[in-house]
Formats: sequence, C-alpha cells, structure tokens
Amino acid sequence: MTAPPGPQKTLATFHVNGESHEVAFVPHKTLLEVLREEMNLTGTKHGCELGECGACTVQVDGTPVLSCLVLAVDVVGKQVRTVEGLAKGPELTELQHAFADMGAAQCGYCTPGILMTADALLAQNTKPTRDEIKECLAGNLCRCTGYIKIFEAVELAAARCRGEKAEPRKESIHGS
Amino acid sequence: MNGPRHECAVQHATGEALYVHDEALRSGPLLHAWPVQSGHAHGRIRAIDATAAHAMPGVACVLTGAHVTGQGVIGPVRHDEPLFPDEVSHHGQPVCWVLADSEEHARRAAAVVRVECEPLPAILSIEAGIAAGSFLTDEQTIATGDVDAAFARGDRELRGELQVGGQEHFYLETQCAWAHRDATGGYVVHSSTQHPTETQSTVAHVLGLPAHRVVCESLRMGGAFGGKESQANAFAAIAALGCQVTGRPVVVRLDRRRDLTITGKRHPFLARFRVAFGADGTLHALDVQLWSDGGHSLDLSAAILGRALFHVDNCYRIEHLRVRGRVVRTHLPSNTAMRGFGGPQAMVVIEEVIDRVARTLGVPPETVRERNFYRPGDRTHYGQEVRSADCIERIWRTLAESSSFERRRREAHAWNASHPHRKRGLAMTPVKFGISFTTTFLNQAGALVLVYRDGSVQVNHGGTEMGQGLHTKVAAIVARELGVAAAAVRTMPTRTDKVPNTSATAASSGTDLNGEAARRACAAIRERLGIVAAASLRCAAQEVVFADGVVRGGGRELPFGAVAEAAYVQRIPLFATGHYATPGIHWDPHAGRGEPFRYYAYGAAVAEVEVDGFTGMHRLLAVDILHDVGDSLAEIVDRGQIEGGFVQGAGWLTSEHVVYGDDGALRSRGASTYKLPGVGECPERFVVDLLPRASEPGAVFGSKAVGEPPFMLAIAVREALRSAVAAFRGSGIVELGCPAVPEAVFRAIRAGTV
Ligand code: FES
Ligand code: FES
Repeated sequence: MTAPPGPQKTLATFHVNGESHEVAFVPHKTLLEVLREEMNLTGTKHGCELGECGACTVQVDGTPVLSCLVLAVDVVGKQVRTVEGLAKGPELTELQHAFADMGAAQCGYCTPGILMTADALLAQNTKPTRDEIKECLAGNLCRCTGYIKIFEAVELAAARCRGEKAEPRKESIHGS
Repeated sequence: MNGPRHECAVQHATGEALYVHDEALRSGPLLHAWPVQSGHAHGRIRAIDATAAHAMPGVACVLTGAHVTGQGVIGPVRHDEPLFPDEVSHHGQPVCWVLADSEEHARRAAAVVRVECEPLPAILSIEAGIAAGSFLTDEQTIATGDVDAAFARGDRELRGELQVGGQEHFYLETQCAWAHRDATGGYVVHSSTQHPTETQSTVAHVLGLPAHRVVCESLRMGGAFGGKESQANAFAAIAALGCQVTGRPVVVRLDRRRDLTITGKRHPFLARFRVAFGADGTLHALDVQLWSDGGHSLDLSAAILGRALFHVDNCYRIEHLRVRGRVVRTHLPSNTAMRGFGGPQAMVVIEEVIDRVARTLGVPPETVRERNFYRPGDRTHYGQEVRSADCIERIWRTLAESSSFERRRREAHAWNASHPHRKRGLAMTPVKFGISFTTTFLNQAGALVLVYRDGSVQVNHGGTEMGQGLHTKVAAIVARELGVAAAAVRTMPTRTDKVPNTSATAASSGTDLNGEAARRACAAIRERLGIVAAASLRCAAQEVVFADGVVRGGGRELPFGAVAEAAYVQRIPLFATGHYATPGIHWDPHAGRGEPFRYYAYGAAVAEVEVDGFTGMHRLLAVDILHDVGDSLAEIVDRGQIEGGFVQGAGWLTSEHVVYGDDGALRSRGASTYKLPGVGECPERFVVDLLPRASEPGAVFGSKAVGEPPFMLAIAVREALRSAVAAFRGSGIVELGCPAVPEAVFRAIRAGTV
C-alpha cells in the first residue's frame, strides 16, 4: 500500500515583526503552527489550541488575535506582531519592563499572550482602569500568578508611558 | 524593591525563555509522537492493528511493547504503570504511540490504529471502590489519646461525611519531552519534569541502560504544581524509547485534551468523621476516616494520604484524635501530587468539623477556631512539638485587626438584612503546614558551584524551576554567601550530569534543600578564598569579609575577581560541591510517631463573598492575608506565590469541577468545561502582608518555604460562602458541596428552605 499524497505546501510572504518572510507551508495550518514550526518564532505558545487560553495571542494589524484559531493564509498581506517583535533590539517596552519589575510572570508561559493583549490595549487607551484591563485580559489564562501582579504591571506600564515617574506601589511589593 | 526579581524576568517578557517544545522545534528535524488512547475505562486488549497507520504519510514507527528492550512497566514507588498495557485501566490511557515526521502526521495515523478491546467492569468512584474492596494501600493510622474512651464520656457529639473534589493542575505548558542521542553513545532527555533524577532512572529502566548513559535536563517548566513530579516520566520514556528504536530525535508533546485525559489530578477524598465537643466549643475527641481516589496506579498516593493524616489537625489541639486513611483503586487516571499534597483535603475536613460544631452551638466558627488553637508546648497527634505555635495566635490577632474583621462582619450582617436575595459572608481561617518531605530520605540536596578566574559564578543545583522562583532564590543565596552582585551569578539548567541523585522539587522544600546545599558549596569556596585574600590583605583569615563584590580585611580591599585569579595561580580549586541533609527529622509509620517536619509555616486569611440566592452564583469581594515566610529571600517571589497559591486554592474550592462520565471518560476536558480562575474572579481588595519578625532558625538564611502553604489559605473562601449560605437560612448546620460551585451553593441554600 502506498501512502496517499499529503496536501501540498504553498509559498507565501508573511510580514512578521516588520520583516518579510517567504515561507512554505501547508495551507490548512494555523498561524500558530506556522510561526512556531516554520519560522522558529517559538515565543508564541500553545496552551489549548482551541481558543480557550490566550497563550497564543499575537497582533494582526494591531488587533490581538488567537493565532491558534486563525489560518496562516488569512494573514498574508497583513502585519503580524509577536512577542519577539515588542522590544526594539535590547530596548524593552515599558510594558515588558513593568512585567519584569512586578513579577507579573512566574512560569512565563502565559506571558507572551498577555503582553500582546495588553500592548494592544495600551496603544488605544493610555489610562485604562482596572476594569478595562480585566475586560481586555478576560481571554487570557494564567495558572501561576493569580493575576494581581499582571494588573499592577499593566497599570505601572501605562503610568510610565504617560511619562509619570511611576515605581511599583510599595504595598504591592511590601504589603500595606 | 526588596530583593531580586525573577532571574528570567526579561526572557519571560521577550519570548526568549525557551520551554522543552520550543527547544525541540528549534533543534532541527524530529519525529513527533502521538498516543493511541483507550476508549474503555477497563478492558483487555485483544489486538492492535497498525497496518493502516504504517501506510499513512510520514509515519516512521508505531511504538508498542515489542520495542521495549528494558522494562516496560514504570512507577515512582511501585512499578504498576505499563507503558503499553495489555489490560487498560482508565479511559484515555495510551495503548501505543505513533511516531511521524510531523505532529499532524502522527495524529492522523494514530486515528487509524485499530485497538480491539474487551471491556471489563470499571470502578469509577471511591464508594464503588470501597464496596468492591479495591485498594492500592493498606490502612494507615495516626492516633493520640484514647479516642474510644473519650467518646464514651457522653459529651455532645456530631457525625458527618464530606466529599472533597479533585483538581486539574492545568499547568499552561502541557507535558513535553524531547530525546536525542549525544555524541558519546548516551541519551539526552529534555523533559518538563520536576524530578530529573527519577526521569533519568525511568528512561534508563525502559531503555535497559545504566543510569550513566542517560542525562535528563529540565531547563524550565511552564507551570507544574506537582503534576510533573512523577507524571512527566512516562512521556520522557516514550520519547527516549522512540529515539532508541528509530535513531532519530523524538518529541512527545501532549495537547491539552491528551494531557487532561491521560494525566492524574489532585486526589478526591471521602471523609467520615465523628467529633465530641464541649459547650464552649472545645474539641475533645475526633475520629476521622479518609479515603482517597488513587486512580488506577499507586503513583505517590500513599505519601499524599500520609500528608493528609498529618494535616487533619490544622492549627488545633485535639486531645483524643484518631485519623485513618486508605487509598482506593479506581479505573481513572492515576491521581498524583498537587500543591499541598493531601494537606488541603484534610484541612478542608477539619474546618468542616469546626464549622458544624460552631453552628450546632450557635457561635461564630472563628470563636471555635480560636478556642482550639495550639499553644506553645503542645504536640500534634503524631507527637511532634508545634514549634512557634505562638505564631498562630499572633497572626490571627494581627489579621483580625488589620482586616477590620469584626466591623466588616457587622457591616455584612447589616447589608444582608436589607438584601433578601443576595447575601454576604465573611470567614477567617488559619493554616499550619509542615515543611519537609514526609519520606525522610528525600530531604537531601546537592549543588555544584563554579567560580571562574574573573570572579563570575555558575551555580548548578538539583532543584527545578517551574515558575516558583527557586533559581532566583538560590542565586540570591549564592550571591550573598560569596558577597558578589546578583549579576555575577548565573544559574545553569538543571541536569543530572551536574548534580546526581536528587529529589523532586516538591514539598515546598526546593529552596530549603537546594539553597542550603548551594550555600554550603559557597562557604567551602569562601573559606579557601579567605586564606588567599588574607595573605594579600595582610590580615587574619577570620577578619576577611566578602561583600559588595569585594573582599575586605585589614582596612584594605580587593575585587572578588582578583582574589579568584590569585587563588587560581596558587593552584587552589575554585569549585565545590555542597550537600545538605535536613537534620533532626524522623518518622516511624508503624508507630505513627516522629518528627517528620523541620518546621511549620503559618498563615491566615480573611475572605468576603457575595452569593446570589436565585442561582448560587458567587463573587469573591475581598481577601486579606497575613502569611509567614520567615526572612524572605525574595519578597516579590514570595508574594507571587501567596497570591497565586491562594487564587489556585480558591479555584479548587469554588469553581473547578473535575467531571467523569459513567463510562469513565473525562467530561471536563478543556478550559471551556473546567472553570479555572480568570481575571474576572480576582477581587477588588487583595491585601497580602508578610509576618514580620519571623526568622526561621532551621532554614537557609532564616527563610521559610512558601510554595504550598498559601494554597490552603483559600479555605477561607469556602467558609465565607458557607457563612453567606447560612445568612439565607438562619441557624443550623450548613452542608456545602466541595467544590462549592454555584450549583452546590444553590443546593445548600435550598436545603435550608424546604
Ligand atoms: S492556544 Fe490559542 S487560545 Fe489557547
Ligand atoms: S505565569 Fe505561569 S501561567 Fe502565567
């Protein structure tokens, strides 16, 4: 018995993190699979591949999307941004700094998805309330942190982006 | 900021932090493994036909028992887990594995493997297991006083029963292992494991090789919570076996569905209890019988049940106490370690007892708790002195004050009086948790510290990093002991060829054990460097001080790196190993007596909730925590453990519901059907304070373990819900299901109104 032929790979150009990549991929592959398996962009994680956890969140034309639910062919011609595209070289964004300063990542596995979601929020809303942050992150699961440090990190980053000389609140590091 | 931040904080935020699957994908071409799973909870396999699968594109091999050159049956304590079973013993159990050139090809081929299985009757609950006499262990007992005589005295008495639900770990990174051959005839297994040594020995056992031919590396895990203490081993073994058979690198990665249906969870428990108590709420006698659902194999169930027996007292002195327990064998995935390791289930039971006593007497449960607290000098039911017992009362008083507990309780009463369909409830509960592995010999650890000629330092130790910040703390200990900057210390990936024969990173003891081992290695190096430095500084070796990256003495100082270089030139070794074995602990399981714990960690929490009477839906409004971490090594890490542990505990008790169908198949097989805490459940008020002046003399730099104890603080949420339910119903005992999901809360409200 000979194996039935598998689906043929197609060639397309993707714009990811400001660079163009020509990639051969099977057309039914999700964006998540193509990023991880064909482009070595392993910063984007899989937690469920069913749209339930948010670990795979990337930005497409500035909007957060679940890359496990998007076919790669659908983003051809669009600008994709992954966690690897947040920092400019060694220069981290305020959001990344704030996550590091606040301990908003423990195991770090949910972090790329949360960063991409929160980054999109901060691009639109320079002074999000706690409720707005919660609403925006409602699709992202974190099993480690209990979310408090994540909220605080987003708030800290927002304040720093506004040019305020914000430091982590004393009580969030040392208690009341 | 106090103390260091997570050593990988920047890598986490940039996507540079690699996990096993990331490393595997980046390594080049691989074979991917996919399991063929049992469709029956119990059955005899008659035949496996993989002909069609072999013909599918990209398939390299269908791994079966015939490929095993070593031993095909594994297990951390008892070898009772066949990798390729003839008799399946849970729904979803892997029967064989397909290896193909892509995950998709492996998955497609696995779908056409035909397994002929003759179904057999299955045991799917603790009660059914008890009725059938299906057990994995003998009964364990711990007793103190004379329980039978105490019950004969004619005090007031209550009997009850409680079922405590299980919990899915739901580490965000699912189980993953990647194996390849190295250049010298060995196998390297990269595994998302909490226990690299056991993963190594399991692989060696399956491959039929001596341990030295296998290296296991655990770089980091995307969460573990106990779920990768023993259960990572099977997947590492499959990856390595696939590599042995095909000669090609193999990766095993479970997707979420496979992970949920194959791996075990926190043990569900059934408890039956009888308590005798005085009119003032003093507990005179308690007789508890516990059964845990071990699933189909032993795994770590005996030790988990043991920890339940140790923790059934929580913070309470009960003169006559007997607790018995037994592990039931069912046809479900093998339940395993999860944060708290049986302690939480037992503590839910004693808090249930306390609450029923309080509601019988018509006094606040907090009053009964206080009345029964351990006092200095008291001993537990297994004979260990409750050292620092005064902490319980100190924490309790301080928290009651700082959270304004009494005032807020009065306010909730007032609020309830004007809200007929919604009620608020508050509760305050304490935690005492014993620190050490209860299997005494596991309380040892090793480290290897290397100082280079420029003064930079590498530390290797046996502990694994799963997000809990162990590497951060160990690096901080090394920096402090050598007097160098944190940036001068690099933590190396955990590998069995650097530090052998390690224990699992578990029992909250990662820092206590590995941190002290690393400190000892550093102390040895420092002593040698002190002699070298003293000669240059022209002072006595005892006068030499290592701090701030320099070495001082005789009013002069030298950079640490210069001393390292001088030592090298003088042919002094700049590396050392350290080993630590926790002193003073012992346990005699037959007598039920000993000192199994090095010390206790304490804490208390106040929770406030609101319940909707029409639906049982509830909301956590506020949390106040006071917790004892000793002298914190890294406050940001400790606070993260407290917050995350509490929320995970609240999930277990109020929303996470593991459901199996009548066929033994898991019904809660994704985040859509298994409700994890999300951002929406996070309360507005969440105050965490660390107990001041709490230095622990028995642990490294006075710090205390923090991984598990805060998990049980969440019992306050369950008790607050009960108090809100009681507000709908008036006086009397409130039976509340566990987990107290909205349906259970609704039923509890209804039970009181008919
Ligand atoms: S992996 Fe896409 S939402 Fe979970
Ligand atoms: S930090 Fe581990 S899942 Fe969020």
